Amino acid sequence: MSATAESAKPALLVNGAPYEVVMGIECHVELKTETKMFCGCLNIFGAEPNTNVCPVCLGMPGALPVPNEKAIELVVKAGLAFGSEIPAFSKFDRKNYFYPDMPKDYQISQFDRPLTQGGVVTFWLGDGTQGSCRLTRIHLEEDTGKSTHASRDGRIAGSTHSLVDFNRAGVPLMECVSEPDIRSAAQAVAFLETLKRTFVALGISDVKMEEGSLRCDVNLSLRPVGQAEYGTKTEIKNMNSFNSVGRAIENEIARQVAVLESGGRIVQETRGWDEASGGTHSMRSKEQAHDYRYFPDPDLTPIEFASADVARMRAGLGTLPAEILTQLISSDKLRPEQAHQIVDSPGLFAYFSDVVARCGKPQAVVNFVLGDLSRLANETSTPVPESKVTPEALAELVALVEGKTINSKTAKELVTRLWTQGGSPRAIVEAEGLGQVFDSGAIDAIVAEVLAANEKTAADYRAGKTKVLGFLVGQVMKQSRGTANPTLAEERLRARLDVSG
Amino acid sequence: MLNSTAIGIALAVNSGELSATDLANEALARIAERDGEIGAFLAVTRDLARRHAERVDDAVRRGKSLPLAGVPLAIKDNMCVTGTPTTCASKILDGWIAPYTSTAVQRLLDAGAIPLGKTNLDEFAMGSSCENSALGKTVNPWDRARVPGGSSGGSVAAVAAGEATIALGSDTGGSIREPAAFCNVVGFKPTYGRVSRYGLIAFASSLDQIGPIAKTVADAALVYDLMAGRDPMDATTVDLLPEPTLTGLREDLRGVRIGIVKEFGLEKLEPSVRAVYERAYEDLQKLGAELVEVALPTADYGVATYYLIAPAECSSNLARFDGMRYGLRVEGADVGSTYEQTRAAGFGDEVKRRILIGTYALSSGYYDAYYVRAQKARTLIAADFKKAFAACDAIACPAAASPAFEFNAKADPVSMYLMDYYTIPMSLAGLPSLSVPCGYVTPEGGTLPMPLGLELSGPLFAERSLLGIAHAYERATLHAQARTIPEIVATAGAK
Repeated sequence: MSATAESAKPALLVNGAPYEVVMGIECHVELKTETKMFCGCLNIFGAEPNTNVCPVCLGMPGALPVPNEKAIELVVKAGLAFGSEIPAFSKFDRKNYFYPDMPKDYQISQFDRPLTQGGVVTFWLGDGTQGSCRLTRIHLEEDTGKSTHASRDGRIAGSTHSLVDFNRAGVPLMECVSEPDIRSAAQAVAFLETLKRTFVALGISDVKMEEGSLRCDVNLSLRPVGQAEYGTKTEIKNMNSFNSVGRAIENEIARQVAVLESGGRIVQETRGWDEASGGTHSMRSKEQAHDYRYFPDPDLTPIEFASADVARMRAGLGTLPAEILTQLISSDKLRPEQAHQIVDSPGLFAYFSDVVARCGKPQAVVNFVLGDLSRLANETSTPVPESKVTPEALAELVALVEGKTINSKTAKELVTRLWTQGGSPRAIVEAEGLGQVFDSGAIDAIVAEVLAANEKTAADYRAGKTKVLGFLVGQVMKQSRGTANPTLAEERLRARLDVSG
Repeated sequence: MLNSTAIGIALAVNSGELSATDLANEALARIAERDGEIGAFLAVTRDLARRHAERVDDAVRRGKSLPLAGVPLAIKDNMCVTGTPTTCASKILDGWIAPYTSTAVQRLLDAGAIPLGKTNLDEFAMGSSCENSALGKTVNPWDRARVPGGSSGGSVAAVAAGEATIALGSDTGGSIREPAAFCNVVGFKPTYGRVSRYGLIAFASSLDQIGPIAKTVADAALVYDLMAGRDPMDATTVDLLPEPTLTGLREDLRGVRIGIVKEFGLEKLEPSVRAVYERAYEDLQKLGAELVEVALPTADYGVATYYLIAPAECSSNLARFDGMRYGLRVEGADVGSTYEQTRAAGFGDEVKRRILIGTYALSSGYYDAYYVRAQKARTLIAADFKKAFAACDAIACPAAASPAFEFNAKADPVSMYLMDYYTIPMSLAGLPSLSVPCGYVTPEGGTLPMPLGLELSGPLFAERSLLGIAHAYERATLHAQARTIPEIVATAGAK
């Protein structure tokens, strides 16, 4: 079920032989809950260090975890959104390792019985093709605290001491693990954007990479096309935007190709992306891998779901972004990037649908919505759905343009007026006589006036400088206060110029 | 009045006959007088005791009645009490002041108990003699050359020596029942999940359970009733309304079937010890109980099973004592060596031994062979009990194979582990189980008669029935009242 897109893309060549890139992605997503995973502390970003803490999330002796049911439900919803299976039995395990920002020196996570299993993430690429990537699992765990190392470069090596902020310790964290189905940087980014879009739409997470509420690691290897086994993989970490994910992947592909072409061998290791240098550096090799000594957490009881609970949660999901995108792209014939813009802007799809329900013509509607309206929204910091341009007004406007009652120039001016004043475009057009003039008699009269006033230009035209026709049409439009039908105006001008000498 | 029961004291305080403040002062004076010799307490919380006593007196003056009004309480030092040092008898926590109070303790304080102090234990509750304490030595009030048992040695010694009326212990594989037997008091481990573990510093989370130590079964029932019940801070507490046990105490055992475990045959015991238990079984019968033989074919695997599961959990539970946030810190060249040096200096040998065993049992490649197999054995042991309880209402057996032994008598760790042979299977099955005084023997080479305890265990959540049976036995035999501890020579200088 690997992605199928970009067949046109030139093959990756290593020493002249065609190779393919194989990638799997692991994402950590902080859940949007009011409180932390196992205690009542607030789950908020940016508070004074060590203020949202208690005996439980500080791992004080004797403190015990109590699971946040909301967090469990959010993970189940995430799985359901991608068609994952929700096993009837799930449990929490302890992942044991020592680190100063991990209060208990073990992390409560899930090992062999995650909350969700399987599922498929389907995404659209810019060229209008669709790709997909299978999910292995989604599991729930707690976040660690945040260490700040007091060295010049912020790394632990060379630090005299480190500071730890435990506000993040115990924040619910969902880990989504994909199968190695991804074949290009564009697919990786589309996969991540799809996760983000879905999690935001379902209220699962804010997915703010810059605040660390989504962190992702990419496992990447190369292999000759046609080879079944995977090549040796590296894991890339520390990307802080989707853009840097794309760049890190391109960079790592190039690095691996260079290693292979120089006769080298890929070393299995973790590599950190450095935004400033635009490259990666080795963080640790496989030999230093931990034995985490996972075992079921005896402080927590297993999680069991009745099929009715799962059915209730599935029913509560509402319309998913993937369904909306399919409708916009397949039925409404929008381009993928238009559809993504509609879906990614809060409330815009509902607005768009309302307009289309009134006037049809989705492509005409999308041009207004993503064109003039979005520009005005940016300029005035007012979202389109909250503006004075009601869906009813926009539907009228589209109908006026499509019915050729007004021309596009008038329409553009009207959008700006509606944005500031509101009101009905039909009423404005009628009151101010802005309807297009199709009467050739009336247009002929204006044409005569314009030619009389621009004798030299008319002569130039007749002498073969036909480019000046545009100027003359503009003059006719101006004289008619924009109401002349431009096609008719041009036609009448040409007729007049071509016959009379 | 200090020699009265908790029920008697609460009655007197609630009626205004006695003031909690006077009682608290009397108890503190007695600790000052006796504890130099007994060594039950690691810390005496004088101010806290007086503050609580005043609060109780105030409440009584306002017409309130509190179930434990003015009852002097000793707390095992692995339970957090805000503002008090809480050490687990370990150098790694020496000097740590708890920032919160455990649920079980809080419920007793709310009921009017007076917190006298924190009692000694085997470090992190790992041991059966209290000798593994890094911070103090507790002796058996019945023979000061002998151990009080463990790990709740300080709590049982405090009650046995009359320094506290009631005490809290914790029991993981026998840590309440064995010392209670050694010191002639009642020690009760409720069903796993009945009493909140919030604030109990974990040794083995799937086994640890807080329980009362008292002079009588009725006092133990009263304290249990006040602590039991779901706690939103402990996800493993059961969502079952606990049946009150104090109102279920009975005077005879007519219609009760007592299981005698075939595999726990008394022929393995010293003849003098054996005679005491034979007598105990006869007494049960005399009270009207029907004795039935039951089989626990997997019980012999209890100790081996326990010494994989408990160390596995403790290896993870004790990871947090790393010198980073609280407790001892021995600064090393880098973070790794700070961890190593802190833990090397802070933990005693037995704790290190169990962390090593547990780490090994959970390691990749050994997990299935040790941890997983031990869990399967645990399931089989629990199933054996379930089968046995189809034929009986409670199981009777010795709480320990011998009376308290002399200090340094069990240098070999395995011989110490075997002290819990009779208590561990019930812990693995999560059952309610208690020890009640059942007579005395004078050990070979000893001069003083030493107490023995009868262990009674019931099905899951059958606390009411179990305590009822224990009460009938206690009332009919009155073993605890038959003798008193040797006189304590008052020592100058309080702790």
